[in-house]
Amino acid sequence: MEIDPIIFRLSIFILSIFVGYYVVWSVTPSLHTPLMSVTNAISSVIIVGAIIAGLSGNSGSIFNTSNIFGFLAIALAAINIFGGFLVTQRMLAMYKKKKKDK
Amino acid sequence: MISANLSAIFYLVSGVLFILALRGLSSPETSRQGNLFGILGMIIAITVTFLSVGNFSSGFIYVLLFILVGGSIGAFIAYRIPMTAMPELVAGFHSLVGLAAVFVAISAFMNPEAFNLGTQGNIKLGSLIEMSIGAAVGAITFSGSVIAFLKLQGIMSGSPIIFKGQHPLNAIILVSIIILTYFLCSTQSSNFFWILLAASFLIGFLLIIPIGGADMPVVISMLNSYSGWAAAGIGFTLENTALIITGALVGSSGAILSYIMCKGMNRSFFNVILGGFGVTDDTSNTSSKEQRPVKSGNADDAAFLMKNASSVIIVPGYGMAVAQAQHALREMVDTLKKNDIKVSYAIHPVAGRMPGHMNVLLAEANVPYDEVFELEEINNDFANADVAFVIGANDVTNPVAKTDPQSPIYGMPVLDVEKCKSVLFVKRSLSPGYAGIDNDLFYKENTLMLFADAKKMTEEITKNL
Repeated sequence: MEIDPIIFRLSIFILSIFVGYYVVWSVTPSLHTPLMSVTNAISSVIIVGAIIAGLSGNSGSIFNTSNIFGFLAIALAAINIFGGFLVTQRMLAMYKKKKKDK
Repeated sequence: MISANLSAIFYLVSGVLFILALRGLSSPETSRQGNLFGILGMIIAITVTFLSVGNFSSGFIYVLLFILVGGSIGAFIAYRIPMTAMPELVAGFHSLVGLAAVFVAISAFMNPEAFNLGTQGNIKLGSLIEMSIGAAVGAITFSGSVIAFLKLQGIMSGSPIIFKGQHPLNAIILVSIIILTYFLCSTQSSNFFWILLAASFLIGFLLIIPIGGADMPVVISMLNSYSGWAAAGIGFTLENTALIITGALVGSSGAILSYIMCKGMNRSFFNVILGGFGVTDDTSNTSSKEQRPVKSGNADDAAFLMKNASSVIIVPGYGMAVAQAQHALREMVDTLKKNDIKVSYAIHPVAGRMPGHMNVLLAEANVPYDEVFELEEINNDFANADVAFVIGANDVTNPVAKTDPQSPIYGMPVLDVEKCKSVLFVKRSLSPGYAGIDNDLFYKENTLMLFADAKKMTEEITKNL
């Protein structure tokens, strides 16, 4: 009997939770704020679903309700992607070590 | 157009890059590189999506347009936002992830063909369940984050909003969401889908209003976690590995942060979620309201004490963020260092309004991160330090947490500030902190209260040094 593909996705999901668990525990507490902003940015990979929705249909029906929701989701996710990565970059650039001179 | 197998492999690659992005955060040196991995992962995911749809004729130009518009708004916000507003920003961003998840779910529900989920009115059962979960969790994330944002911005009062029958009402709505999902799956009727969404928006709103301002670190982490689970739900619907991996990563990350924050307050997760700290159990503080003598001083006294110290520990808290005192503080510390005084910073896990809030502010003020220590790392050093300079923190220094089992904060890990030879406590008045309890530290022999705005006081001390 064949295995339903959902089982494979479920396996990926469960294993990723464990990976996340160990990776996040190793994050230094001083970087918890950048951690939140970067997780924010990467969870906006949901934009792939939005793009599929936006590109669906032919040019005659491009302003279907379903496409419009797709476009809106694209805009929201794009705010998050650019905002999230850039603000993380900005924060991380501020973390400096003690200067060795003196 | 590329094959489904090839695009699945690329999605896996971008999932792995996201794991590396989080991995990089284990130390500040590797973190910047980690962020680049994250960006690379995102670029791969988006490019592959374009290639796999391959239909560039119709909506392509609009898709690019919306990416451009959203991207510019995001970039603008990212460059303009002051570091003190980071909690609001993160809450706001969470709400967008939630809403985007809801929109994608709506879109998939209305046009399942585009996503290979069957036809309208006849969506595959598994996909419909996954979609409902994604949409419901997304909606909860959205409305919850909006409330968190309003509370953090001060547009809405930070005090808990509690009414009679709140918990039963929430329970009824949660149960009805499950029942609605069942009916949605059995009838495929869009009415149930809309009601399900409405109920989820409502529950997100109701879940966050009873939670007070100082519990925001838990709330933000929790919403972070929700946004991950919402993304994972949509990932299952779309059969997309990148989304599933990311959702699981973000979900567990938020859950761990919530756990760390709860532990920092010695409260259970449910205690925080059910809300109303200091409202339900304010029995111990009202009885002992007799006036106790307090020693207060001015900047001159503080400067004198610090000048004669050989080591100083700074304890920052939310008040420092409010007063924007981090730069003034750094200048004061620079002057101290010039006088060969050893200075370090002690950060309590729940200081501020989000995990790591104080660290970011100090980093912004150019404080090297190797002078900043966590509670466990530095707590033993207070006994050997000459001066503790408490700026904007309160409850996290309260010795009552160690001595009085009656106190609502009993058992909470606190910084052993009182063990220092002398304590300087910058505060605007004697009013109790968020937990609504008096801080015993105010009345200790070796405490000198400095009643002033944190920034002004720090600047004046620097002048007097």
